[in-house]
Amino acid sequence: MKFSLSWLKQHLETEATLDQITAALNTIGLEVEGVEDRGAALAPFRIAHVVEAVQHPNADRLRACTVDVGDGVLRSVVCGAPNARTGMKAVLGLPGAYVPGTGIMLKVGEIRGVKSEGMMCSSRELGLGDDHEGIIDLPADAPVGVPYATWAGLDDPVVEISITPNRGDALSIRGIARDLAAAGLGTLKPFAPEPVPGVYPSPLRWVVEDTVACPWVLGRAVRGVKNGPSPKWLQDRLVSIGLRPINALVDITNFFTFDLGRPLHVFDVAKVKGDALFLRPGHAGETFLALNGKEVAVTPEDLVIADAEAVESLAGIMGGEHSGSDEGTTEVFIECALFDPVRIALSGRRHELRSDARQRFERGIDPALLPDALEAATAMVIALCGGEASEVTQAGAEPMWRRQASLRFERIAGLGGADIDADTAVATLERLGFGVVARDAARVTVSVPSWRNDVAAQGSLTQAPGLPAERAQAAAEGCAAIEPECDLLEEVLRIHGLDRIPAVSLPVASPVPRPALTPRQARAVLARRTLAARGMLDCVSFGFLDSRVAARFGDTPAALRLENPIAADLDQMRPTPVASLTLAAARNAARGYPDVALCELGAAYRDITPEGQLTVAAGLRLGETPRHWASPARAVDAMDAKGDALAVLAALGVPMAALSVTTDAPGYYHPGRSGVVRQGPKVVLAQFGELHPKLREELGLAGPAVAFEVFLDAIPEPKRKKKAAPDLPAFQPLKRDFAFLVDTGVPAENLLRAARGAERTLITDVALFDRYAGEKLPEGKVSLALEVTLQPREASLTDAEIEAVGAKIVAAVAKATGATLRG
Amino acid sequence: MTDDLATLQAETEAALAAAADLRALDAVRVGTLGKSGALTALLKGLGAVPAEQRKERGAAVNRLKATLEAAIEARRVALDAAALEARLAAERLDVTLPPRPFPPAGAEQGAIHPIARTIEEIVAIFGAMGFALAEGPDIEGDWYNFGALNIPDHHPARQDHDTFYVPAGPDGRRPVLRTHTSPVQIRTMLGQEPPIRVIVPGRTWRADHDATHSPMFHQVEGLVIDRGISLGHLKGCLVDFLRAFFGISDLPVRFRASYFPFTEPSMEVDIGWNRKTGELGKGGDWLEILGSGMVHPRVLANCGIDPREFQGFAFGMGIERITMLKHGIPDLRPFYESDVRWLRHYGTSPLSPATLAEGV
Repeated sequence: MKFSLSWLKQHLETEATLDQITAALNTIGLEVEGVEDRGAALAPFRIAHVVEAVQHPNADRLRACTVDVGDGVLRSVVCGAPNARTGMKAVLGLPGAYVPGTGIMLKVGEIRGVKSEGMMCSSRELGLGDDHEGIIDLPADAPVGVPYATWAGLDDPVVEISITPNRGDALSIRGIARDLAAAGLGTLKPFAPEPVPGVYPSPLRWVVEDTVACPWVLGRAVRGVKNGPSPKWLQDRLVSIGLRPINALVDITNFFTFDLGRPLHVFDVAKVKGDALFLRPGHAGETFLALNGKEVAVTPEDLVIADAEAVESLAGIMGGEHSGSDEGTTEVFIECALFDPVRIALSGRRHELRSDARQRFERGIDPALLPDALEAATAMVIALCGGEASEVTQAGAEPMWRRQASLRFERIAGLGGADIDADTAVATLERLGFGVVARDAARVTVSVPSWRNDVAAQGSLTQAPGLPAERAQAAAEGCAAIEPECDLLEEVLRIHGLDRIPAVSLPVASPVPRPALTPRQARAVLARRTLAARGMLDCVSFGFLDSRVAARFGDTPAALRLENPIAADLDQMRPTPVASLTLAAARNAARGYPDVALCELGAAYRDITPEGQLTVAAGLRLGETPRHWASPARAVDAMDAKGDALAVLAALGVPMAALSVTTDAPGYYHPGRSGVVRQGPKVVLAQFGELHPKLREELGLAGPAVAFEVFLDAIPEPKRKKKAAPDLPAFQPLKRDFAFLVDTGVPAENLLRAARGAERTLITDVALFDRYAGEKLPEGKVSLALEVTLQPREASLTDAEIEAVGAKIVAAVAKATGATLRG
Repeated sequence: MTDDLATLQAETEAALAAAADLRALDAVRVGTLGKSGALTALLKGLGAVPAEQRKERGAAVNRLKATLEAAIEARRVALDAAALEARLAAERLDVTLPPRPFPPAGAEQGAIHPIARTIEEIVAIFGAMGFALAEGPDIEGDWYNFGALNIPDHHPARQDHDTFYVPAGPDGRRPVLRTHTSPVQIRTMLGQEPPIRVIVPGRTWRADHDATHSPMFHQVEGLVIDRGISLGHLKGCLVDFLRAFFGISDLPVRFRASYFPFTEPSMEVDIGWNRKTGELGKGGDWLEILGSGMVHPRVLANCGIDPREFQGFAFGMGIERITMLKHGIPDLRPFYESDVRWLRHYGTSPLSPATLAEGV
């Protein structure tokens, strides 16, 4: 919403400066987006009289001028403009002035031997247009010495503010003036237009078929008008806020849209078929050509204005070309209506039509203003276009808008935290147009002005479906009691200035705070930290990606496909963060970084329920490990990914000995080099492996790539119990190595588990330290070497005891896996 | 189809079925479609066919050619797949083997993303003020994201949100990708009794993509519900946070009246900075940084809380925005591009998590 300072002053009697006004606007919730003040930039440029202009003695194209700028000093100015001549009135900048069109700071100079003490400017040099044919040539009566901007009416600053959706009343210059007056910046001027008597019956009448959508509508005609360009003052007003003048009748409607926030529409009576205008639902198949040049197909959900034959406009949103006024209009019918805001909002959205009228109607306009606005508009039509007015015709009636609200004064401090006395609060409300109905020491009851449909408004709750009935009712009653009071309180506080309310630190329940994170939440943070500590770079990627890519990483149900993606390749909620990391790795490789380790703590989407949106710690390694003299580079492999996944699980306190690995990872992993980490048969904690070679090829990953996912939601809540006393035997442990020959297909895990279980009291650890497959072994066999730690507790072990344990281990492993001890 | 063509088709298909590897397949291809292949010979022989039969014969031969080409291709795909399968089977690794006891690189190579770091700092600071972390889903019910927050269907504010939708569920309402973290306010109020003090960092989504907007970004929401919580507390809480977060003990903070459907009164909050240099804390300019307000009675009532008994405040701010301001990061887009150069530059060490003791 834009307005010029002079327009504002039509409604506001004020001595306030522009800076004071913008500061106040910001304080009271009318946020200033920008101020355009051409007058300030042009202030040093004054109207000057060229007393004499003669040929420059040393230059053919220059003139040496003597110029009077009204300060009693005649100055010498050299000018190159072809139109510089004796006796003319021009615009002069003195030394020190900044020329906005050229970016030059003027100073006293000498041009080919003649002193020049200023510059006479063209329109372009002043930043006012493209004209650079010559210097500005003012009429003979232009007053010498006066700032040019003042004389030309350019010193009218234009302020642009953003209006929040609740403040339909501030979409008018009068509304802004009222708020500023309430904030103490002046006095609101009265508005009481003289009624214009009607001298003939209205040629058109209203027929309202839907009184909910249109509770009240007024109209009257003016005949004998002469339509043409509107006068300069009106054009200047509209141009100053960025509107294009059309013709006087249209300009008048636009003027009131902004001046009073009261959209109007004018019909050319001669173009209307029949003697009535119908406010009715659109019929299927009906269309009309809107003023924006687009054909609009109306629907039965829209409210239209139609004559006997066709739709003339989409009510409250946009008029039609057909019955619009033009130079030939001699009788005009002015529409001044009230529409249901919801209906307008939905219609506007349905047709994607934006207009100044819609913006106001959908926020709700002043329901009591209609008669006055129509009188003011009629008067202006007659003043600008001549003619005589008809009687007013109307349908419906002024709706019931009167309501009251109460404010308990203790709430100003109780909710607002502000120290504002009751008198000040009441005075503020009165300046905003609220009327005191009753007041005692504790509270005031006020009537709400017609234009403030956001205060004590009727509104419905949409309470949570599962609430107990009694609780829901108590809350609803509480809301009905409190909400109007909050509305009033907001008014008092915003005009007082929220910035003036003292800040009070939140009282803390305990001086030492409890943990902010639940154990489950802390795990996620720890998982990320663990992965980064393993050299991975933590990433944040979009949760949606190309559905074709997503399909390579799992199910892509239609329920997780966006209905309105912002780009075709961001249309599917991802099945796993590994998909995003794969694309990221490919991008890094393309930039010349083929060896990367990326991780992300993000969501994997299975379905739309909260439980179907999993928290996953995922990672991906691509390429080779770092080159180093002490440990040569190698390709990353599935064991790196497994190491990452297990590191996360270990950090999160998962008992590692109880985990098992199966080989049924999803299809985007290499089927022979991937695993699923399980806790028991059902719970999947993680999966890891090399990415499937086919997938790598499709997504353009050149090097070896491995990935993993840890499903944080699947990890049981850590138990907060005290640890048992540590096992600290007095005897030294001893280690024995066993090498087994076993079928290649037997998982190493089976041997480890069998060996661990062989003698639980003595064996504290079993580690696999060598794996050999090759020529020296029979076909299909592999050698696995285990280091077993034995922990004596009562006494040192004898050789016989050690041998016995060894035999148990060999037997247990053989039984479980068919392995034999290598000789 | 004439007999000779049918025979050729049958023979070729049989040969294809018998071809056990790509070499054998190629032999079939050469024998059929190669320079001196059987089908090529038929094509060459068309010239000798009497003119009146030539058209029909030519069409039949060409149809057969297309059929056989497709059959050869299909077999090639099958053999490729089998070859890959065999290769993958041969490459089998015993994934139950223990992984290496150390990662390929250490903590000095890794880094925490600036967004995650900022969230840690936010949680540390608000944690000291007694807030707990709350979370909610990204794909959210329409009621949680809008209706419960006093944003009905026709509300102009809905248009400002540029909402992403997924297809409607059984209730006929389309779930949304949450446009703000505010739905977690609702989930929290429905899930626990006051007093409530929660902080909600998380992903949020809006259909807007340019230099200063990302379709996915992060917000942090705060909610305090108790008896006797006033707008003064809201101001104190935010001033305390902003000064701690930016590490400027006298950071100027300005509160302006505004409007959000779910708070009343509502305030926008500015911090002082220098527009030209980007330096925070001085310079006389103001930068809008977050929105806040006293929780609207309708929002409380929608969650079954009686606004006569309880009141409180809520606020929300952009995590990327405060991260960019704090660290002087000029551009939003690289946050989501996973460029390792950027991640190394702006990332922080995993060994120095944000704690108030060490300083945020």
